[in-house]
Amino acid sequence: MNIRIRYFASLREIVGQSEEVLLVQEGGRVADVCALLLERYPRLQSVMDRCIYAVNRRYVTPETVLHDGDELVFIPPMGGGGPFKARFSVKEILCNH
Amino acid sequence: MQPLVQLTREPLDRDALVAAVSHPSVGGIVVFEGVVRDNARGKQVRYLEYDVYQEMAELQIRSIIAEARQHWGVEHVAVAHRFGRMEVGEASVIIAVSSPHRAEAFEACRYIIDTLKTTVPIWKKEVAIDGEEWVEG
Repeated sequence: MNIRIRYFASLREIVGQSEEVLLVQEGGRVADVCALLLERYPRLQSVMDRCIYAVNRRYVTPETVLHDGDELVFIPPMGGGGPFKARFSVKEILCNH
Repeated sequence: MQPLVQLTREPLDRDALVAAVSHPSVGGIVVFEGVVRDNARGKQVRYLEYDVYQEMAELQIRSIIAEARQHWGVEHVAVAHRFGRMEVGEASVIIAVSSPHRAEAFEACRYIIDTLKTTVPIWKKEVAIDGEEWVEG
């Protein structure tokens, strides 16, 4: 199946393009694509460790199973900061959305 | 009223956002404006570059606004975020919230900017005199 990957910010600069279509085995999960990309672009490793994931514009867990035509984006930390961060972890925030 | 959400490369129009939340029934309008600073963590910043996952950012901002409206009962909200290159002193984000009484408008505005900063896929690159980096929280 085909999965559309879009790259933003530091990921876009590392891979040198803003999107590509990857051929992924049926039943593949977000984590599998992550491993695939790390093989292809080893320099993604450090930022990938800090990424969260979105499929079709919604935050998902790495165990999420992908389907043909899905749009997958690896989301590096956003430049937030401020007092909000101290009170809530990003995970808690994402669970509420 | 449908909240106004704008993601644009163009300079932000504060007056238009304030007009969008103005209504005879409101008693207060709170505006937060984030502007580009000339320094960060001891570095001299030349300019900022913002990147955005536009389709998802818009959905996320709308969901944050919906939460704020539900929680504080604010009726009118407008959020604009600029992307691309921005010079020192220019506005990168403006949030306007109006409500019958000021307390709700202040709290909702604070909630929207804090949540936006940590959950909306928008990234900032600081280009300083001696190098550049994508800022992570």
